[in-house]
Amino acid sequence: MAMSTAIVIVGAGLGGARLVADLRSGGYDGELVLIGKESHIPYDRPPLSKSVLTGEAVKADLHPESFYIDNKVDLRIGTKATAIDPVARTVTVESHDGVVEKLYFGTLVLATGLEARSLPIADGKDGVTTLRTFDDAVALRAEIDGARTAVVVGAGFIGCEVAASLEARGLDVTVVEPNRAPLALALGEQVGAMVGRILVARGVELRTGVGVAGITGDSRATGVTLTDGTELPADIVVLGIGSVPVVDYLEGSGIALADRGNGGGIACDQVGRTSVPDVYALGDVANWRDSMGTPSRVEHWNSVVEQSSKVARAILDIDEPAARPAVPYFWSDQFDVKIQALGHPSPDDEVHVVSDDGTKFVVYYSRDGVLTAVVGAGKAGAVMKLRGKLQEPTPVSDLLD
Amino acid sequence: MKIEVNYQTCESNGLCVGAAPEVFDLDDDDNLHLLLDTMTPDIADDVREAARQCPRNAITFGG
Repeated sequence: MAMSTAIVIVGAGLGGARLVADLRSGGYDGELVLIGKESHIPYDRPPLSKSVLTGEAVKADLHPESFYIDNKVDLRIGTKATAIDPVARTVTVESHDGVVEKLYFGTLVLATGLEARSLPIADGKDGVTTLRTFDDAVALRAEIDGARTAVVVGAGFIGCEVAASLEARGLDVTVVEPNRAPLALALGEQVGAMVGRILVARGVELRTGVGVAGITGDSRATGVTLTDGTELPADIVVLGIGSVPVVDYLEGSGIALADRGNGGGIACDQVGRTSVPDVYALGDVANWRDSMGTPSRVEHWNSVVEQSSKVARAILDIDEPAARPAVPYFWSDQFDVKIQALGHPSPDDEVHVVSDDGTKFVVYYSRDGVLTAVVGAGKAGAVMKLRGKLQEPTPVSDLLD
Repeated sequence: MKIEVNYQTCESNGLCVGAAPEVFDLDDDDNLHLLLDTMTPDIADDVREAARQCPRNAITFGG
């Protein structure tokens, strides 16, 4: 029997959808299969906590259905991968109606993303939800009309964005965060507190330095009890407490996972190759190595776009163009303020406040005198103009008055 | 080929400014401006990269 030459992509999120485009535009004309667990054509996640949740957008599709037809993609949504056999070169998949199939691959790309973490105390209670999928966003949106109060657990990016959206829809929102400031792990306490001001100015109540001890209510949540004893009423409880890579289907496959200490996920090299030949991984699930060989797993939108381009070139054996060093970027929209981070902000870095009007700000981060990141709120022009300074080591003193 | 920005979809992330500063600019109010609106060989790669990086798919060229 002839070996399959099909490229099979497991995971129909941003990574899978971008890779389809990059492979076809890279000249690949062969069989292309895109498998997605969710019952939706590939969609973008950033709008879920914002325009989809507030009802301003009814969908967040990355491409219309015609894109997959025009690009001759065998798109299988509502289909979950349950096993990989690298020797037989098969992916076992199960459709939502229970039909099991083995698909042969020539090249396999894993882009299965993340699953949101939940809390054991939440199990089985109505009114408690995480926000990762389109269905989560639609279900949460439906709860808003009948609700008055909401508690958001976790002041990371998801927690803050959900809090802003629920407050904007008229709910009384309280955010509970064990760290001393929102976004403390991503941006450090000082800058995290500056972002917290944006939420508080619009009416969100922020409870930092405290955790959740329990969720009251029998079959349906009625409130949240904090570790300091405070009881908060809650018609809706949203958990924004992190997420874990989806790798259960890799058990027994021999595809190596990265150490948790390095971020976990599927272990890859600089262009997404895993420990098994002809198997790649990209996106939130993938732990890549940078040019110095350092492993890390990044959950940012722009990193997926970069990775897709590299994986496509690696698969098609196309040379990398002379690389302009990519500067990591992520953003978060809270109310109408866009928070942006360029570079690698670390909570341990030195922070230099360059401008601050009480809402909008620009901050430089440095380590050993060298600029490591620029973070801004409502100052996109000022932030982006510094991108060049992050492409090579720049003394922060050069940039400060 | 004309370079076009969908200003309704644009959210002023500014990745385009980073990828093609000769073509895209953000003013002090974070409004995006096109400095050049026609694709020429010298800017084509930068504009393509800007379009790829835009989180809102707001940049197109053609027609």
